[in-house]
Amino acid sequence: MKNKGLTKVDLIFESTDVRKVMKKAFEMTSNEIIEQILESGLKGRGGAGFPTGLKWKYTAAEKEPEKYIVCNADEGEPGTFKDREILDKAAAKVYAGMAIAGKAMGARKGFIYLRGEYRFLLPQLYVELHKFHKLINEIGYDFSIEYRMGSGAYICGEESALFESIEGFRGEPRNKPPYPTVSGLFSKPTSINNVETLVTAMMIIEKGAGEYVKLGTKDSRGSKVFSISGDTPIPGIFELELGMTVQEFVNEFGDGDTKAVQVGGASGFCVPRKKFSETIIGFEGVPTGGSMKLFNSSRSMYNVLHNYLEFFTEESCGQCTPCRVGCQQLYKGIEMVKKGESKSTYLNELVKLADTMKVASKCGLGQSVGNAFRSIVENFREEIIY
Amino acid sequence: MYHTGNMVKELAEKHGRKRESLMPILQEIITKHNYLTDDAMVAVATELDISAAEVYGTASFYTFLDTKERGRNVIRVCKTITCSMKGKNDIISTLEDILKIKVGETTPDKMFTLLETNCIGWCHKAPAMLINDMPYTDLTPETVIDVVKGYMR
Amino acid sequence: MVTLKINEHEIKVAEGTTILDAAKKLSINIPTLCNHQDLCVAGNCRVCVVEQKGARTLVAACAMPVAEGMEINTNSLKVRNARKHIVELLLSEHRADCTKCYKNQNCELQTLANEFSFGEHIFLDLVAGRPYEIDRSSPSFFKDDSKCIRCQRCVRTCSELQHVSAIAVANKGSHQKISSFHDRPMSHVVCTNCGQCVNRCPTGALVEKTYIDQVWDAIYDPEKHVVVQTAPAVRVALGEDLGFDPGVRVTGKMVAALRQLGFDSVLDTDFTADLTIVEEGTELLTRLKKVLVEGDQKVALPMFTSCSPGWIKFIEHKFPHMLPNLSTCKSPQQMFGALAKTFYAEKRGIDPSKVVSVSIMPCTAKKFEADRPEMRSSGYKDIDYVLTTRELAVMIKQAGINFLSLEDEKYDSIMGASTGAAVIFGATGGVMEAALRTAYEIITGRPVPFTNLDIVPVRGMEGVKEATIKIEGTKADWKFLEGAELKVAIAHGLVNANKLVKAVSTGKASYHFIEIMACPGGCLGGGGQPIPTNIEIRKKRMEAIYSEDTHMAIRKSHENPEVVAIYKEFLEEPNGHKSHKLLHTHYVKRESY
Ligand SMILES: Cc1cc2nc3c(=O)[nH]c(=O)nc-3n(C[C@H](O)[C@H](O)[C@H](O)COP(=O)(O)O)c2cc1C
Ligand code: SF4
Ligand code: SF4
Ligand code: SF4
Ligand code: FES
Ligand code: FES
Repeated sequence: MKNKGLTKVDLIFESTDVRKVMKKAFEMTSNEIIEQILESGLKGRGGAGFPTGLKWKYTAAEKEPEKYIVCNADEGEPGTFKDREILDKAAAKVYAGMAIAGKAMGARKGFIYLRGEYRFLLPQLYVELHKFHKLINEIGYDFSIEYRMGSGAYICGEESALFESIEGFRGEPRNKPPYPTVSGLFSKPTSINNVETLVTAMMIIEKGAGEYVKLGTKDSRGSKVFSISGDTPIPGIFELELGMTVQEFVNEFGDGDTKAVQVGGASGFCVPRKKFSETIIGFEGVPTGGSMKLFNSSRSMYNVLHNYLEFFTEESCGQCTPCRVGCQQLYKGIEMVKKGESKSTYLNELVKLADTMKVASKCGLGQSVGNAFRSIVENFREEIIY
Repeated sequence: MYHTGNMVKELAEKHGRKRESLMPILQEIITKHNYLTDDAMVAVATELDISAAEVYGTASFYTFLDTKERGRNVIRVCKTITCSMKGKNDIISTLEDILKIKVGETTPDKMFTLLETNCIGWCHKAPAMLINDMPYTDLTPETVIDVVKGYMR
Repeated sequence: MVTLKINEHEIKVAEGTTILDAAKKLSINIPTLCNHQDLCVAGNCRVCVVEQKGARTLVAACAMPVAEGMEINTNSLKVRNARKHIVELLLSEHRADCTKCYKNQNCELQTLANEFSFGEHIFLDLVAGRPYEIDRSSPSFFKDDSKCIRCQRCVRTCSELQHVSAIAVANKGSHQKISSFHDRPMSHVVCTNCGQCVNRCPTGALVEKTYIDQVWDAIYDPEKHVVVQTAPAVRVALGEDLGFDPGVRVTGKMVAALRQLGFDSVLDTDFTADLTIVEEGTELLTRLKKVLVEGDQKVALPMFTSCSPGWIKFIEHKFPHMLPNLSTCKSPQQMFGALAKTFYAEKRGIDPSKVVSVSIMPCTAKKFEADRPEMRSSGYKDIDYVLTTRELAVMIKQAGINFLSLEDEKYDSIMGASTGAAVIFGATGGVMEAALRTAYEIITGRPVPFTNLDIVPVRGMEGVKEATIKIEGTKADWKFLEGAELKVAIAHGLVNANKLVKAVSTGKASYHFIEIMACPGGCLGGGGQPIPTNIEIRKKRMEAIYSEDTHMAIRKSHENPEVVAIYKEFLEEPNGHKSHKLLHTHYVKRESY
């Protein structure tokens, strides 16, 4: 497959006349907006990558008069920090994106769930929000937004856990179905979107889907904001067109000694050097919510995996067996193998366990622990054992 | 310790008495007092007409809704992978030295509590930490001393 | 209707049916742990995962609604591997000392382990060497977190059925646990000791505090005279633990077994249930008179029944301002206890300090009640030991008694006589019905105007029931009630009690008399009854209770010959001086957590 190479773009953070975009959107019909989003091929930027247009379409189709737009600003995935930057630099666009989503789905109320770690941003976000409410009032449209805060729980980024949290409960993921588009926040039809998804959607309305599809590949349209950290001389936030290989990425951001890239955070995949050239960053290869961590040859991949497993052991909501106990077993298991107290073949049992967690856990957290586990254990087996 | 009855009542007036008011109320108590006393949780339970065990169960789910006594300034040093790679341990030992406490402990004058936390979203400027709500990044053993000194008054 | 295939068998079921229920219709068994018919779906144990064709992951059969054209495999290799892993994981986090465990042979986890995981365990033992502490503070049950599999059945029970939420899920991740308010001992929180959680816990994490050994000791102590009383609801459920189907009445066999166990006198709580009706009925009429005739504003109406100790503790914690509305009558168990060490001992010429008074109850809260400091009006602890229905079954098994083949026997006298009115105490609405049968007759001199004395409106499983009875043709003393409409209500399960009390205390509803039972279905669904429980089983027990009533020669409390006699010989008059000393009590305000 031909790939697009690495191209930096500047769409998310470029300054925009949000009033103009909103006016344009409010003059469109709900269907027209959704058609544009569908045509753009936009997939959710929060990690799961569900087609945004479809989500909006399903929510719009619900008859219930009360619906909600929820902006997921929980950004807990280790290595992800782009939503903070977007809210910091372009909150007006997030708000506008929510209003447009509201128009598309017939929702009058939006909530932003902001992780507790970003509370320091609130004062300035409220200033922007005040301006937004004034602006939307002037335009003569009815849509309002409220903030709800997290308090330090990674799992609350999972959509149904997030609803539970807003409703005042422990952030334990719900059974699905029903899906949020049918029964989400306060059991009403809800479209929950990542911060970046909403800004991108707004941009698509501004520029037209036709422009947007010129970026990216068939399976991964557009550009994406990446959070780049680890062993790189230039850590930070970069907006890149989708469709590059890991090799191209490493050429730009590596320190010359990159041995692995963790794509998609702790719940994503580890790509070892030998697979850099063949792996495309995007839905056709390794998907990512934006987290890119580079590791050079001085790093022990055992430590990396151990750190991730500790994270999951603590951050699992704890309700379901495969995840609650499985995380502890993987975490303790690699310790025992490292110490030589369990045979190295025990790793094979643990890989099987990770596979069970993938198919039997209740939510995406437990289901994705196996991603990092398998990819690190398979590619760096010696480092885990010795 | 702090006076709870009236404060919780005021918060309930402000945020409402529905179940969804629980998090905002608990969060504001934390902002003001850094942790939730048993009295505060019972008062919240009474205001919202839910059980105290429910309040505790919900609070204890969230890392920042501490139900153990905390100092006036809660320091949370990120321990996730990038910060860990970039010298988090040096930061911790520097803090332990100047505060003369271990991770998990509170200074006898109740000014500081030292904790670790999971990724706080500043990996590109690792190592990073929060003091109460404020992030501090690109820490070195030298800069972290200055930061903490700013809170010693 | 939706058509789907399970293991290649096609089936049509109603929309909204879960895969689990659809499979049941095909007699396909899918293992479950967190699922319980009385509770909302949790979907957290994941033991019930099955394979859905085309789905990315396995799906939880208990939580997944059927869909048109769905193809399910409940026993594929993928499913088996996952289930085995899940059971292994649960065991790795579990202090499995089955042979020493109270739930041995009666444990859902053990059954699953038996099916899926034997021989070498795959995973690390996560609990070996980990310290654990068993909360033994409650007089009614033990809470042992090291045996907890976090299915949250207890939490859902306490909140959905009882509206107490004395326990909730706390912490997250590997630290997640079931906790009272900030880990306080169960004896120091709002727990009502109803034992509904104990009844639904699939493992040994919540079990009744047992007094079996103490009772054996008393039985074998030649110095002691051990009397035993049996509550009405025990006789319609005990059989379930001893080889009978739900709904079989085993009254006679139970009496025979108790005698074989060595109790010196086998007596019936029914006797004091009847006494309760006379005392409580009199109290109600007195209250009505004070309010209606004397215009006494201090007398509280409606009057609540007081025979359910879980309910008593609930109101003491949650609605202390309503305590004056509680009848001051002790529960039948405690009336019995007070009389056993006074009236009974005197009549039998036994030193009351030598009397050991044991009661067999469907209830764990009765253990708490017996320990209340108020319950010593005989000068001794009125009730020494309370055993649940389950514990009695254990004793019968321990003694090697072949229960199935026992010949029926009759209760001893004195304090062994029963009526139909007393038997129905075991079902929700029963106290009300018994009270009405008596009160109406006191007021009018005629039986209640219902065919066969069956006051049907107060029966059944509806959470809150109401009835109005018009009083006509009163006797001279009760003229002030002529034409009055007596309004009554009944609630069972504390979630319903809460609704009713709220409605009353906010003035949204008004009644004269309210019966409340803490447990779903009344005592027949008590926390000490055989496990499992569900609505079908409770209905069967209920049918058994009403059929016991119908088969009784005497069906009105005030006609119980021993009750008539005890007033003549000992108590003198209802609500009289002696009654007040021995049969009535008072209540205390408790903390809100
Ligand atoms: C454990 C877990 C954590 C998640 N955290 C986030 C998050 O922090 N931010 C986010 O946008 N989505 C997160 N998601 C994905 C959300 O569940 C959801 O798919 C997303 O918000 C949908 O928005 P999108 O379609 O715009 O990406 C998380 C999912 C899981 C399973
Ligand atoms: S997979 Fe983990 S986080 Fe998700 S529901 Fe299960 S225990 Fe909770
Ligand atoms: S709870 Fe069940 S599995 Fe656990 S020790 Fe007791 S009998 Fe065994
Ligand atoms: S105590 Fe029993 S019912 Fe409650 S979660 Fe534990 S195992 Fe389940
Ligand atoms: S790893 Fe420390 S801030 Fe992300
Ligand atoms: S029985 Fe279905 S998940 Fe527990």
